Amino acid sequence: MRIVFDRDKCQGHGRCYALAGDLFDADDEGYAVVLVTGDLTDAQTAAAQLAADNCPEYAISLEA
Amino acid sequence: MTDLQQPTRDWAVDFDHTSEDYAQSATEIWDDLRGRCPVAHGEAHGGVWMPTRHEDITAIANDTEHFSSEGVIVSIFKPEGLAPMGYAPPITADPPFHMDSRRILLPAFAPKAIDKLEAATRATCQELLDELLAAGTPVVDAAVQYSQNIPVRVIAHMLGVPQEDGDRFRLFIHRIIEKPGTYSGTIQPEDTLVYYIEQTLIRRRQEPPKDDLIGYLLGLEVDGEPLPDAQIFGTIGLLIIAGIDTTWSAIGASLWHLAKHPEDRKRLAEDPAVLPFAVEEFLRFYAPVTMARIAATDTEIGGCPVAERDWVLLPFPAANRDPEAFERADEFIIDRERNRHVAFGLGVHRCAGSNLARMELTVAIDEWMKRIPDFELAVEDPDAVRWSTGQVRGPRELPIRILRTTEAG
Repeated sequence: MRIVFDRDKCQGHGRCYALAGDLFDADDEGYAVVLVTGDLTDAQTAAAQLAADNCPEYAISLEA
Repeated sequence: MTDLQQPTRDWAVDFDHTSEDYAQSATEIWDDLRGRCPVAHGEAHGGVWMPTRHEDITAIANDTEHFSSEGVIVSIFKPEGLAPMGYAPPITADPPFHMDSRRILLPAFAPKAIDKLEAATRATCQELLDELLAAGTPVVDAAVQYSQNIPVRVIAHMLGVPQEDGDRFRLFIHRIIEKPGTYSGTIQPEDTLVYYIEQTLIRRRQEPPKDDLIGYLLGLEVDGEPLPDAQIFGTIGLLIIAGIDTTWSAIGASLWHLAKHPEDRKRLAEDPAVLPFAVEEFLRFYAPVTMARIAATDTEIGGCPVAERDWVLLPFPAANRDPEAFERADEFIIDRERNRHVAFGLGVHRCAGSNLARMELTVAIDEWMKRIPDFELAVEDPDAVRWSTGQVRGPRELPIRILRTTEAG
């Protein structure tokens, strides 16, 4: 699985980097930055799914 | 027994969010309306619409073309001719000006900047708990003696104004948010937020520059020009108004919940790893903030026609209770894993202070639980606790009986 991140939808709620700090970081304004753009391990996939499921703006999804 | 003679209000056509009965029962009112009349209307304050479905609230928050932020606090005094900046940018600003006024604030409220405030916030909470426990009384007021003091001190520190000014901030907020319009014409000019900010800015412009938020705004240049005075003034007003009763309400409501739910107190005490999830569930279940918009054109909400210049409330707490958007929406689940709550709003106006508020709420609950792991409401009837009226919802007095304490560590 890979992370698909829609920067236009991100409003900087910060849920993703709080829950999955190995996969997402904050830029200087608090918007999300994706750290892992390639294929995810199973553990990373679970963390990425948690981040996606907590994004109020639906800015994160996973694709095979 | 119900008194059949007692007039009952139909909230669908006659709600008033500044009334005491709304404040005491807002959650039940939203749930009732969502099921039978999801876009309610009230005649008070010159007429106000209130959607209660997550879907409608989301659509409005994301539609800055039809819904202006020129007015964000419903009052009989409806701002006009202030767009696109409004009186307290960026919260009252519309695109495209909005983003410029927001961008100057975001770095100060980004996670890395907020992390630096955590130690001082923790020390503040510990200090308040020391004071609270020093008297040795079994019953304390967790709203007045604890919750309300935390954000006041944090914001005063960030702005670089004396902590003693906090009592005045709470008074300004009471007039502006809890009872909008009520005090108009009754207040001495020297006793207003406007005067407070004017005097603060006069003083600060005479002093050497300081490394705080007011110093930052005064020193900021955009395209080689200082910020317009009106923008500096409005933004400081926003920082004083927006970050205090909101956070204090969230802390108070969370303690209110824990006081009533021994199983959740026990879980938090035994399993500190659940705290981040608990904080998000507190924010979902007890979201304090309802925003407002003014219709920029004739438009509609969920098929309901709305006229240009009509007030529209955005009750994010109601969206957070919508069963269409959340599984078991009416249940507090302390370790809820999937939680897309909208306590901080949605879209371009997402609360700029959300990282700060989250840190304060987390630290406030963490420190309280460490010192007072067991406690309960000190009133028989939970409804005896008074909740604030208006667009920020939280307990204003919170009598708590302390059942067990631990030593300061």
